[in-house]
Amino acid sequence: MTDLTKLSELSAQVRRDIVRMVYQVQSGHPGGSLGCTEFFVALYGAVLKHTPKPFRMEGKNQDLFFLSNGHISPVWYSVLARTGYFPVPELNTFRKINSRLQGHPATHEGLPGIRMASGSLGQGISAAIGAALAKRLNADKRWVFCLTGDGELEEGQCWEAIMFAAHHKVDNLIVTVDWNGQQIDGPTEQVMALGNLPAKWKAFGWDVLVLEQGNNLDQVVAMLRRAKRRTGKGKPVVILMKTEMGYGVDFMQGTHKWHGKSPNQEQFEQAMQQLPQTSLGDY
Amino acid sequence: MKLSDINSTGTRATREGFGAGLLELGRQNSDVVALTADLMESLLMQHFQKEFPERFFQCGIAEANMMGIAAGLATAGKIPFTGTFANFSTGRVYDQIRQSIAYSHKNVKICASHAGLTLGEDGATHQILEDIGMMRMLPGMVVINPCDFNQTKAATLAIADYNGPVYLRFGRPAWPIFTPENQKFKIGKALHLASGKDVTIFATGHLVWTSIEAAKELAEQGISCEVINIHTIKPLDEEAILDSVSKTRAVVVAEEHQRNGGLGDAIANLLVHRLPGPMEYVGVKDSFGESGKPVELLEKYGLSKKDVLWAVKDVLERK
Repeated sequence: MTDLTKLSELSAQVRRDIVRMVYQVQSGHPGGSLGCTEFFVALYGAVLKHTPKPFRMEGKNQDLFFLSNGHISPVWYSVLARTGYFPVPELNTFRKINSRLQGHPATHEGLPGIRMASGSLGQGISAAIGAALAKRLNADKRWVFCLTGDGELEEGQCWEAIMFAAHHKVDNLIVTVDWNGQQIDGPTEQVMALGNLPAKWKAFGWDVLVLEQGNNLDQVVAMLRRAKRRTGKGKPVVILMKTEMGYGVDFMQGTHKWHGKSPNQEQFEQAMQQLPQTSLGDY
Repeated sequence: MKLSDINSTGTRATREGFGAGLLELGRQNSDVVALTADLMESLLMQHFQKEFPERFFQCGIAEANMMGIAAGLATAGKIPFTGTFANFSTGRVYDQIRQSIAYSHKNVKICASHAGLTLGEDGATHQILEDIGMMRMLPGMVVINPCDFNQTKAATLAIADYNGPVYLRFGRPAWPIFTPENQKFKIGKALHLASGKDVTIFATGHLVWTSIEAAKELAEQGISCEVINIHTIKPLDEEAILDSVSKTRAVVVAEEHQRNGGLGDAIANLLVHRLPGPMEYVGVKDSFGESGKPVELLEKYGLSKKDVLWAVKDVLERK
């Protein structure tokens, strides 16, 4: 099996996990999770240098990842479990009482793989910058990655952080924007138009890469690797990654309506029929 | 210690104590880093910046981002000290502190200057009187308000050795120095300044000196005050408070803060369960401040020596 085949299989399994997790607890955010599945699988499966066990908060000489749009926790939890951070059956506890898998990611219960709580939006780029600065001070040559939503860029703190990173030449940092064009109340164009996003990032002094097919695993891996090669040149790097919310389940795809909604039994069964079973097996 | 032994050896601002402490810390611990949001010199951080430019981060006027960056630095093992005015260190960035620092238990030291009315002429937009309340409500947050230059310097050094989020509050004006140079600062340990039997005055920050002056005057009138410096509002030194109150059974709490939510409420919360009895607050009565000289403001808003005297007599009437 090629690496890409393995990663494709992992993507398929992660999608099944996402839908199951949200269905089981009748709560959670399937749309953005499905849309970012390729990103998480590519990042954890083919790009990050990381040590799941034992998990070290400081992550010295490892690549670090911060999720800013914390509501897409299902995809992160599934990928963390399936890359060895914690037992896969623990996905059963998602959003339930006494669980380490909080609705939005948190460090408070000690879930391995999480370095910062997120959910209240707009804070992740700042945290990632801080970690990148620490790596620079420590002469640690690894990278810091961050994923943020596109609607999330409506938060002013994002632009504070974007300005800071360019000014301080934080060039060991790769931010990816999940550019799905959707947010809770509708398309971003209607809720709060983002305008010319590449031009905005460029104007703030970033090296801007645009990925047209963020749900193509091969292309996501290639783009993340390309972004790494663009670092170290005095500019932070951003990947504006076009994805489709709800990708992989036809009735969830391309709409904001499945941002934070769980499927009923019929919809769950319908979704699972569309998502192929894998040799990894359901949890 | 006797009240008559407590004397001022000069005046300096508590923020200067922070600046001096931060510089010393920079020399002691290479993991200490500092950040500011365009208020470096107001917090006397330029000394650190000059000596350790690579460990100093100018964030511009963007406090929310500064808090997040501090949280990220802490995640990767640094000990970040953020420096801006108390107003911009708390209310403006409450959610960032709540999620990225307190809930995520990051080792960030939030150093907040120009707290309270004594900021003076800039007026109510900058005179935060709610910060202690906001910060002590956050689970796991340590809240410290030292009383003079020496104690602020000592507290700055001490919080670097504690692993967890800390809010360190200090002020703008030159203020009497009366605690020892190079003192050891123990987080959470109240300082017993003077023994007395009639009433206990618990004070924090600038109002500790005011309370000492009031207690001296009261002593001349035959009223014996115990004066305790509660430099750490959270965690509260419950044992010291209960020990003293079980003896005096009358309490006055003095602080440069709203009566709502501050040290007074923290002590009332303890005493209502353990030792209920007469208690008076010296604090701002649910009001914003205004422009003026620090001393004028303290008088107008009920935080002067006269107000402490009044509160003591009032509480003794109810004993």
